[in-house]
Amino acid sequence: MNEDSKREPHTHGVGDMSELTDVQARAKSLETVLSEKGYLDPKALDAIVEAYETRIGPHNGQRVVARAWTDQNFLASLLADASAAVNSLGNVSPVGSHLIAVQNTSECHNLVVCTLCSCYPWEVLGLPPSWYKSAPYRSRAVIEPRRVLSEFGISLPKTTNIRVWDSTAETRFLVIPMRPTGTEGWTEEELAKLVTRNSMIGAGLALEPEQKS
Amino acid sequence: MSNTVHDMGGMHGFGPIEEEANEPVFHSRWESRVYSMNRAMGPLRLWSIDEGRAAQEALPPHVYLACSYYQRWLLGLESRVLKHGIVTEEELAIGKSLNPTQRPRRIFQPEDAKALTRGNYAREPEESPKYIVGDQIRTINSNPTSHTRLPRYARDKVGNIEAIRGCHVFPDSIAVGMGESPKWLYTVVFEAQTLWGNDAEPGSSVSIEAFEPYLVPA
Repeated sequence: MNEDSKREPHTHGVGDMSELTDVQARAKSLETVLSEKGYLDPKALDAIVEAYETRIGPHNGQRVVARAWTDQNFLASLLADASAAVNSLGNVSPVGSHLIAVQNTSECHNLVVCTLCSCYPWEVLGLPPSWYKSAPYRSRAVIEPRRVLSEFGISLPKTTNIRVWDSTAETRFLVIPMRPTGTEGWTEEELAKLVTRNSMIGAGLALEPEQKS
Repeated sequence: MSNTVHDMGGMHGFGPIEEEANEPVFHSRWESRVYSMNRAMGPLRLWSIDEGRAAQEALPPHVYLACSYYQRWLLGLESRVLKHGIVTEEELAIGKSLNPTQRPRRIFQPEDAKALTRGNYAREPEESPKYIVGDQIRTINSNPTSHTRLPRYARDKVGNIEAIRGCHVFPDSIAVGMGESPKWLYTVVFEAQTLWGNDAEPGSSVSIEAFEPYLVPA
Protein backbone atom coordinates (compact mmCIF):
# COMPACT_ATOMS: atom_id res chain seq x y z
CA MET A 1 0.00 0.00 0.00
CA ASN A 2 1.44 3.39 -0.88
CA GLU A 3 1.40 6.49 1.32
CA ASP A 4 -1.42 8.17 -0.60
CA SER A 5 -3.81 5.31 -0.20
CA LYS A 6 -3.13 5.23 3.54
CA ARG A 7 -4.54 8.71 3.82
CA GLU A 8 -7.42 8.02 1.50
CA PRO A 9 -10.34 6.30 3.20
CA HIS A 10 -11.87 5.21 -0.12
CA THR A 11 -9.17 3.40 -1.98
CA HIS A 12 -11.07 1.90 -4.88
CA GLY A 13 -9.49 -0.92 -6.74
CA VAL A 14 -6.50 -1.06 -4.43
CA GLY A 15 -4.39 -4.09 -3.74
CA ASP A 16 -5.03 -4.32 -0.01
CA MET A 17 -8.10 -5.47 1.84
CA SER A 18 -8.81 -2.25 3.73
CA GLU A 19 -11.95 -1.61 1.74
CA LEU A 20 -13.65 -4.63 3.22
CA THR A 21 -13.63 -3.16 6.68
CA ASP A 22 -16.27 -0.90 8.06
CA VAL A 23 -18.80 -1.95 5.50
CA GLN A 24 -21.73 -0.75 7.58
CA ALA A 25 -20.34 2.76 7.78
CA ARG A 26 -19.66 2.83 4.07
CA ALA A 27 -23.17 1.67 3.22
CA LYS A 28 -24.61 4.31 5.53
CA SER A 29 -22.40 6.98 4.04
CA LEU A 30 -23.41 6.12 0.50
CA GLU A 31 -27.09 6.11 1.41
CA THR A 32 -26.83 9.48 3.16
CA VAL A 33 -24.99 11.19 0.32
CA LEU A 34 -27.29 9.81 -2.37
CA SER A 35 -30.38 10.78 -0.34
CA GLU A 36 -29.10 14.31 0.30
CA LYS A 37 -28.48 14.71 -3.40
CA GLY A 38 -32.00 13.61 -4.22
CA TYR A 39 -31.15 10.27 -5.88
CA LEU A 40 -32.68 8.05 -3.22
CA ASP A 41 -35.66 8.12 -0.90
CA PRO A 42 -34.84 6.05 2.22
CA LYS A 43 -38.54 5.21 2.52
CA ALA A 44 -38.37 3.60 -0.91
CA LEU A 45 -35.47 1.47 0.33
CA ASP A 46 -37.60 0.37 3.29
CA ALA A 47 -40.38 -0.58 0.87
CA ILE A 48 -38.02 -2.66 -1.30
CA VAL A 49 -36.65 -4.52 1.73
CA GLU A 50 -40.15 -5.16 3.01
CA ALA A 51 -41.21 -6.53 -0.38
CA TYR A 52 -38.42 -9.12 -0.34
CA GLU A 53 -39.00 -9.99 3.30
CA THR A 54 -42.72 -10.55 2.76
CA ARG A 55 -44.31 -10.68 -0.70
CA ILE A 56 -41.49 -11.82 -2.99
CA GLY A 57 -40.18 -15.24 -2.05
CA PRO A 58 -40.27 -18.94 -2.85
CA HIS A 59 -43.95 -19.16 -1.88
CA ASN A 60 -44.66 -17.72 -5.34
CA GLY A 61 -42.71 -20.46 -7.06
CA GLN A 62 -44.41 -23.07 -4.87
CA ARG A 63 -47.82 -21.94 -6.10
CA VAL A 64 -46.67 -22.01 -9.70
CA VAL A 65 -45.34 -25.56 -9.37
CA ALA A 66 -48.42 -26.79 -7.51
CA ARG A 67 -50.64 -25.45 -10.29
CA ALA A 68 -48.41 -27.02 -12.94
CA TRP A 69 -48.73 -30.39 -11.16
CA THR A 70 -52.51 -30.25 -11.15
CA ASP A 71 -53.38 -28.52 -14.42
CA GLN A 72 -51.98 -29.90 -17.70
CA ASN A 73 -53.11 -26.83 -19.65
CA PHE A 74 -51.32 -24.54 -17.24
CA LEU A 75 -48.19 -26.70 -17.44
CA ALA A 76 -48.26 -26.40 -21.22
CA SER A 77 -48.57 -22.59 -21.09
CA LEU A 78 -45.87 -22.42 -18.43
CA LEU A 79 -43.43 -24.35 -20.62
CA ALA A 80 -44.39 -22.22 -23.63
CA ASP A 81 -44.15 -18.78 -21.97
CA ALA A 82 -43.53 -18.83 -18.24
CA SER A 83 -43.79 -15.06 -17.71
CA ALA A 84 -47.27 -14.94 -19.29
CA ALA A 85 -48.41 -18.11 -17.55
CA VAL A 86 -47.33 -16.94 -14.10
CA ASN A 87 -49.02 -13.59 -14.62
CA SER A 88 -52.26 -15.40 -15.47
CA LEU A 89 -52.39 -16.76 -11.90
CA GLY A 90 -54.16 -14.63 -9.35
CA ASN A 91 -52.24 -15.80 -6.28
CA VAL A 92 -48.65 -15.07 -7.37
CA SER A 93 -46.96 -11.65 -7.38
CA PRO A 94 -46.35 -10.34 -10.92
CA VAL A 95 -43.25 -11.23 -12.94
CA GLY A 96 -41.52 -9.37 -15.74
CA SER A 97 -39.97 -10.71 -18.90
CA HIS A 98 -37.84 -13.70 -19.80
CA LEU A 99 -38.87 -16.30 -17.24
CA ILE A 100 -38.37 -19.86 -18.53
CA ALA A 101 -39.72 -22.99 -16.84
CA VAL A 102 -37.90 -26.29 -17.26
CA GLN A 103 -39.45 -29.58 -16.24
CA ASN A 104 -37.72 -32.44 -14.44
CA THR A 105 -38.56 -35.94 -15.64
CA SER A 106 -37.16 -39.38 -14.94
CA GLU A 107 -35.02 -38.92 -18.07
CA CYS A 108 -33.67 -35.45 -17.33
CA HIS A 109 -32.94 -33.50 -14.15
CA ASN A 110 -32.38 -29.75 -14.54
CA LEU A 111 -30.01 -27.72 -12.37
CA VAL A 112 -29.68 -23.91 -12.55
CA VAL A 113 -26.52 -21.90 -11.87
CA CYS A 114 -24.98 -18.55 -12.77
CA THR A 115 -21.25 -19.06 -13.11
CA LEU A 116 -20.49 -15.42 -13.98
CA CYS A 117 -22.44 -13.64 -11.23
CA SER A 118 -25.54 -14.81 -9.36
CA CYS A 119 -28.51 -14.47 -11.75
CA TYR A 120 -31.59 -16.01 -10.17
CA PRO A 121 -35.36 -15.80 -10.74
CA TRP A 122 -35.95 -13.29 -7.92
CA GLU A 123 -39.60 -12.73 -8.75
CA VAL A 124 -40.67 -16.32 -8.18
CA LEU A 125 -38.01 -17.49 -5.67
CA GLY A 126 -37.03 -14.31 -3.82
CA LEU A 127 -33.35 -13.53 -3.23
CA PRO A 128 -30.95 -16.44 -3.64
CA PRO A 129 -29.54 -18.36 -0.67
CA SER A 130 -25.87 -17.80 0.13
CA TRP A 131 -24.79 -21.17 -1.24
CA TYR A 132 -26.18 -20.28 -4.69
CA LYS A 133 -24.01 -17.14 -4.76
CA SER A 134 -20.92 -18.89 -3.41
CA ALA A 135 -17.76 -19.75 -5.33
CA PRO A 136 -18.06 -23.49 -4.58
CA TYR A 137 -21.48 -23.74 -6.23
CA ARG A 138 -20.74 -21.37 -9.12
CA SER A 139 -17.51 -23.17 -9.96
CA ARG A 140 -18.62 -26.77 -9.50
CA ALA A 141 -22.21 -26.99 -10.79
CA VAL A 142 -21.13 -27.01 -14.44
CA ILE A 143 -18.22 -29.47 -14.15
CA GLU A 144 -19.46 -31.96 -11.56
CA PRO A 145 -23.24 -31.57 -11.24
CA ARG A 146 -23.82 -35.14 -10.06
CA ARG A 147 -21.34 -34.74 -7.25
CA VAL A 148 -22.87 -31.37 -6.36
CA LEU A 149 -26.32 -32.96 -6.23
CA SER A 150 -24.98 -35.72 -3.99
CA GLU A 151 -23.82 -33.05 -1.52
CA PHE A 152 -27.42 -31.87 -1.45
CA GLY A 153 -28.44 -35.43 -0.64
CA ILE A 154 -29.73 -36.28 -4.10
CA SER A 155 -28.70 -39.47 -5.77
CA LEU A 156 -30.18 -39.79 -9.24
CA PRO A 157 -30.30 -43.03 -11.21
CA LYS A 158 -27.55 -43.34 -13.82
CA THR A 159 -30.28 -43.34 -16.47
CA THR A 160 -31.31 -39.81 -15.50
CA ASN A 161 -29.31 -37.26 -17.46
CA ILE A 162 -28.40 -33.99 -15.81
CA ARG A 163 -28.82 -30.74 -17.65
CA VAL A 164 -27.14 -27.68 -16.17
CA TRP A 165 -28.46 -24.25 -17.18
CA ASP A 166 -25.86 -21.49 -16.89
CA SER A 167 -27.79 -18.20 -16.61
CA THR A 168 -25.50 -16.11 -18.78
CA ALA A 169 -28.13 -13.64 -20.10
CA GLU A 170 -31.34 -12.00 -18.86
CA THR A 171 -33.36 -15.19 -19.21
CA ARG A 172 -34.17 -16.75 -15.82
CA PHE A 173 -34.94 -20.38 -15.08
CA LEU A 174 -37.47 -22.00 -12.79
CA VAL A 175 -37.24 -25.78 -12.34
CA ILE A 176 -40.51 -27.70 -12.07
CA PRO A 177 -39.61 -30.67 -9.86
CA MET A 178 -41.25 -34.06 -10.32
CA ARG A 179 -44.50 -34.50 -8.45
CA PRO A 180 -44.04 -37.04 -5.66
CA THR A 181 -46.03 -40.25 -5.90
CA GLY A 182 -48.77 -40.80 -3.38
CA THR A 183 -50.14 -37.27 -3.77
CA GLU A 184 -53.08 -38.09 -6.03
CA GLY A 185 -56.09 -35.99 -5.18
CA TRP A 186 -54.13 -33.48 -3.10
CA THR A 187 -55.16 -29.82 -3.32
CA GLU A 188 -52.83 -27.17 -4.70
CA GLU A 189 -52.36 -25.77 -1.20
CA GLU A 190 -51.26 -29.16 0.13
CA LEU A 191 -49.00 -29.81 -2.84
CA ALA A 192 -47.33 -26.40 -2.54
CA LYS A 193 -46.00 -27.44 0.87
CA LEU A 194 -43.96 -30.20 -0.78
CA VAL A 195 -42.18 -27.77 -3.11
CA THR A 196 -38.90 -26.65 -1.55
CA ARG A 197 -36.89 -23.70 -2.75
CA ASN A 198 -33.95 -25.95 -3.60
CA SER A 199 -36.20 -28.19 -5.70
CA MET A 200 -37.05 -25.17 -7.89
CA ILE A 201 -33.32 -24.57 -8.51
CA GLY A 202 -32.77 -28.26 -9.22
CA ALA A 203 -30.61 -28.67 -6.10
CA GLY A 204 -33.31 -30.69 -4.39
CA LEU A 205 -36.35 -32.85 -4.97
CA ALA A 206 -39.89 -32.14 -3.87
CA LEU A 207 -40.62 -33.52 -0.42
CA GLU A 208 -42.28 -36.91 -0.11
CA PRO A 209 -45.80 -36.87 1.39
CA GLU A 210 -44.52 -38.12 4.74
CA GLN A 211 -41.96 -35.28 4.88
CA LYS A 212 -44.59 -32.54 4.60
CA SER A 213 -43.99 -29.90 7.22
CA MET B 1 -12.78 -7.56 -17.66
CA SER B 2 -13.52 -11.02 -18.84
CA ASN B 3 -10.67 -13.38 -17.90
CA THR B 4 -10.85 -12.84 -14.17
CA VAL B 5 -12.12 -14.71 -11.14
CA HIS B 6 -15.82 -13.90 -11.49
CA ASP B 7 -15.78 -16.34 -14.44
CA MET B 8 -15.48 -19.37 -12.17
CA GLY B 9 -17.34 -22.12 -14.03
CA GLY B 10 -15.21 -25.29 -13.87
CA MET B 11 -12.59 -23.95 -11.44
CA HIS B 12 -11.30 -26.26 -8.72
CA GLY B 13 -10.41 -25.63 -5.12
CA PHE B 14 -13.29 -23.66 -3.63
CA GLY B 15 -14.34 -26.53 -1.39
CA PRO B 16 -17.72 -27.94 -0.40
CA ILE B 17 -21.04 -26.16 -0.85
CA GLU B 18 -22.28 -25.00 2.52
CA GLU B 19 -25.97 -24.62 3.14
CA GLU B 20 -27.16 -22.39 5.94
CA ALA B 21 -30.21 -23.69 7.81
CA ASN B 22 -33.11 -21.22 8.07
CA GLU B 23 -31.20 -18.53 6.25
CA PRO B 24 -32.77 -15.07 6.60
CA VAL B 25 -33.42 -12.91 3.50
CA PHE B 26 -30.74 -10.48 4.73
CA HIS B 27 -28.14 -11.22 7.40
CA SER B 28 -27.89 -7.64 8.57
CA ARG B 29 -29.37 -4.25 7.94
CA TRP B 30 -26.49 -2.96 5.82
CA GLU B 31 -27.01 -5.82 3.35
CA SER B 32 -30.64 -4.85 2.93
CA ARG B 33 -29.67 -1.20 2.41
CA VAL B 34 -27.02 -2.08 -0.19
CA TYR B 35 -29.43 -4.32 -2.07
CA SER B 36 -32.28 -1.80 -2.01
CA MET B 37 -29.99 1.07 -3.01
CA ASN B 38 -28.96 -0.89 -6.08
CA ARG B 39 -32.60 -1.67 -6.89
CA ALA B 40 -33.68 1.96 -6.42
CA MET B 41 -30.83 3.38 -8.51
CA GLY B 42 -31.35 0.94 -11.39
CA PRO B 43 -34.56 2.49 -12.79
CA LEU B 44 -32.87 5.93 -13.01
CA ARG B 45 -31.10 4.44 -16.02
CA LEU B 46 -27.82 6.12 -15.20
CA TRP B 47 -26.13 2.86 -16.12
CA SER B 48 -27.09 -0.53 -17.49
CA ILE B 49 -27.31 -3.84 -15.63
CA ASP B 50 -24.17 -4.98 -17.44
CA GLU B 51 -22.25 -1.88 -16.45
CA GLY B 52 -23.16 -2.87 -12.91
CA ARG B 53 -21.81 -6.38 -13.46
CA ALA B 54 -18.68 -4.99 -15.11
CA ALA B 55 -18.03 -2.77 -12.06
CA GLN B 56 -17.90 -5.86 -9.82
CA GLU B 57 -15.79 -7.80 -12.30
CA ALA B 58 -13.27 -4.95 -12.30
CA LEU B 59 -12.49 -5.54 -8.62
CA PRO B 60 -8.99 -7.02 -8.19
CA PRO B 61 -9.27 -10.83 -8.06
CA HIS B 62 -8.24 -11.18 -4.43
CA VAL B 63 -10.72 -8.46 -3.38
CA TYR B 64 -13.52 -10.06 -5.42
CA LEU B 65 -12.93 -13.42 -3.78
CA ALA B 66 -12.60 -12.03 -0.25
CA CYS B 67 -15.79 -9.98 -0.56
CA SER B 68 -19.18 -11.25 0.44
CA TYR B 69 -21.94 -10.92 -2.14
CA TYR B 70 -23.28 -7.66 -0.75
CA GLN B 71 -19.81 -6.22 -0.17
CA ARG B 72 -19.29 -6.61 -3.91
CA TRP B 73 -22.60 -4.87 -4.56
CA LEU B 74 -21.52 -2.02 -2.31
CA LEU B 75 -18.11 -1.60 -3.95
CA GLY B 76 -19.74 -1.83 -7.38
CA LEU B 77 -22.29 0.87 -6.56
CA GLU B 78 -19.62 3.15 -5.06
CA SER B 79 -17.50 2.85 -8.17
CA ARG B 80 -20.45 3.69 -10.45
CA VAL B 81 -21.62 6.79 -8.58
CA LEU B 82 -18.04 8.02 -8.56
CA LYS B 83 -17.51 7.25 -12.23
CA HIS B 84 -20.73 9.01 -13.21
CA GLY B 85 -19.78 12.09 -11.20
CA ILE B 86 -22.79 11.84 -8.89
CA VAL B 87 -20.70 11.85 -5.72
CA THR B 88 -17.06 12.50 -4.91
CA GLU B 89 -14.54 10.48 -2.91
CA GLU B 90 -14.57 13.23 -0.31
CA GLU B 91 -18.35 13.06 0.10
CA LEU B 92 -18.25 9.30 0.56
CA ALA B 93 -15.45 9.67 3.09
CA ILE B 94 -17.37 12.12 5.28
CA GLY B 95 -20.85 10.76 4.54
CA LYS B 96 -22.29 14.14 3.58
CA SER B 97 -23.17 15.92 0.35
CA LEU B 98 -20.87 18.89 -0.22
CA ASN B 99 -22.14 20.07 -3.57
CA PRO B 100 -25.68 19.75 -4.83
CA THR B 101 -25.65 17.91 -8.14
CA GLN B 102 -28.46 18.06 -10.67
CA ARG B 103 -31.32 16.05 -9.27
CA PRO B 104 -32.90 13.33 -11.36
CA ARG B 105 -36.41 14.21 -12.55
CA ARG B 106 -38.01 11.18 -10.96
CA ILE B 107 -36.58 8.80 -8.42
CA PHE B 108 -37.72 5.40 -7.17
CA GLN B 109 -40.78 5.99 -4.95
CA PRO B 110 -41.97 3.79 -2.07
CA GLU B 111 -45.07 2.81 -4.09
CA ASP B 112 -42.83 1.60 -6.94
CA ALA B 113 -41.84 -1.30 -4.67
CA LYS B 114 -45.31 -2.75 -5.29
CA ALA B 115 -44.23 -3.83 -8.74
CA LEU B 116 -40.61 -4.95 -8.58
CA THR B 117 -40.78 -6.83 -11.84
CA ARG B 118 -37.87 -7.32 -14.20
CA GLY B 119 -37.34 -5.13 -17.19
CA ASN B 120 -37.70 -6.31 -20.75
CA TYR B 121 -34.38 -6.75 -22.52
CA ALA B 122 -35.89 -7.84 -25.84
CA ARG B 123 -35.56 -5.38 -28.73
CA GLU B 124 -36.76 -5.17 -32.31
CA PRO B 125 -34.37 -7.16 -34.46
CA GLU B 126 -32.72 -5.56 -37.46
CA GLU B 127 -32.05 -8.91 -39.10
CA SER B 128 -33.45 -12.41 -38.87
CA PRO B 129 -31.59 -14.91 -36.69
CA LYS B 130 -28.64 -16.56 -38.40
CA TYR B 131 -29.28 -19.95 -36.80
CA ILE B 132 -32.26 -22.21 -36.34
CA VAL B 133 -33.01 -24.76 -33.65
CA GLY B 134 -30.92 -27.88 -34.21
CA ASP B 135 -28.01 -26.10 -35.88
CA GLN B 136 -24.55 -27.11 -34.79
CA ILE B 137 -22.36 -24.13 -33.95
CA ARG B 138 -18.95 -23.40 -32.53
CA THR B 139 -18.47 -20.67 -29.96
CA ILE B 140 -15.80 -18.13 -30.73
CA ASN B 141 -12.38 -18.07 -29.16
CA SER B 142 -12.17 -14.59 -27.70
CA ASN B 143 -10.51 -12.99 -24.72
CA PRO B 144 -11.78 -9.42 -24.49
CA THR B 145 -10.47 -7.17 -21.73
CA SER B 146 -13.98 -5.68 -21.54
CA HIS B 147 -17.23 -7.24 -20.28
CA THR B 148 -18.60 -10.36 -21.95
CA ARG B 149 -21.13 -13.06 -21.04
CA LEU B 150 -19.40 -15.90 -22.85
CA PRO B 151 -17.74 -17.90 -20.05
CA ARG B 152 -14.22 -19.20 -20.60
CA TYR B 153 -15.21 -22.84 -20.23
CA ALA B 154 -17.58 -22.49 -23.19
CA ARG B 155 -15.28 -20.74 -25.65
CA ASP B 156 -14.21 -22.45 -28.88
CA LYS B 157 -16.56 -25.37 -28.23
CA VAL B 158 -19.04 -27.15 -30.49
CA GLY B 159 -22.65 -27.18 -29.33
CA ASN B 160 -26.22 -27.18 -30.58
CA ILE B 161 -28.85 -24.48 -30.78
CA GLU B 162 -31.73 -25.63 -28.59
CA ALA B 163 -33.90 -22.50 -28.51
CA ILE B 164 -34.08 -18.95 -29.83
CA ARG B 165 -34.87 -16.57 -26.97
CA GLY B 166 -35.47 -13.37 -28.92
CA CYS B 167 -33.31 -10.41 -29.82
CA HIS B 168 -31.80 -8.88 -26.67
CA VAL B 169 -29.65 -5.97 -25.53
CA PHE B 170 -26.02 -7.03 -26.12
CA PRO B 171 -24.05 -6.92 -22.84
CA ASP B 172 -20.64 -6.67 -24.51
CA SER B 173 -21.74 -3.45 -26.20
CA ILE B 174 -23.83 -1.68 -23.57
CA ALA B 175 -21.35 -2.37 -20.77
CA VAL B 176 -18.74 -0.23 -22.56
CA GLY B 177 -21.12 2.58 -23.48
CA MET B 178 -21.52 1.51 -27.11
CA GLY B 179 -25.30 1.27 -27.02
CA GLU B 180 -27.76 -1.59 -26.86
CA SER B 181 -26.78 -3.07 -30.23
CA PRO B 182 -29.43 -5.85 -29.91
CA LYS B 183 -28.42 -9.37 -30.89
CA TRP B 184 -30.23 -12.67 -31.20
CA LEU B 185 -30.00 -14.80 -28.09
CA TYR B 186 -29.90 -18.61 -28.17
CA THR B 187 -29.81 -21.46 -25.69
CA VAL B 188 -26.76 -23.48 -26.76
CA VAL B 189 -26.19 -26.95 -25.31
CA PHE B 190 -22.83 -28.69 -24.99
CA GLU B 191 -22.18 -32.28 -24.06
CA ALA B 192 -20.19 -32.39 -20.82
CA GLN B 193 -17.47 -34.39 -22.66
CA THR B 194 -17.02 -31.47 -25.10
CA LEU B 195 -16.39 -29.06 -22.24
CA TRP B 196 -14.44 -31.21 -19.79
CA GLY B 197 -13.03 -34.07 -21.86
CA ASN B 198 -12.29 -37.27 -20.01
CA ASP B 199 -12.95 -35.59 -16.68
CA ALA B 200 -16.62 -35.03 -17.54
CA GLU B 201 -19.29 -36.80 -15.53
CA PRO B 202 -21.19 -39.21 -17.76
CA GLY B 203 -24.73 -38.34 -18.77
CA SER B 204 -24.62 -34.60 -18.35
CA SER B 205 -24.84 -31.54 -20.53
CA VAL B 206 -24.52 -27.81 -19.94
CA SER B 207 -26.25 -24.94 -21.69
CA ILE B 208 -25.38 -21.28 -21.87
CA GLU B 209 -27.45 -18.39 -23.13
CA ALA B 210 -25.35 -17.21 -26.06
CA PHE B 211 -25.61 -14.03 -28.12
CA GLU B 212 -25.22 -14.44 -31.87
CA PRO B 213 -21.78 -12.74 -32.07
CA TYR B 214 -20.48 -15.51 -29.77
CA LEU B 215 -21.26 -18.13 -32.44
CA VAL B 216 -19.93 -19.29 -35.79
CA PRO B 217 -21.18 -22.19 -37.91
CA ALA B 218 -19.50 -25.44 -36.82
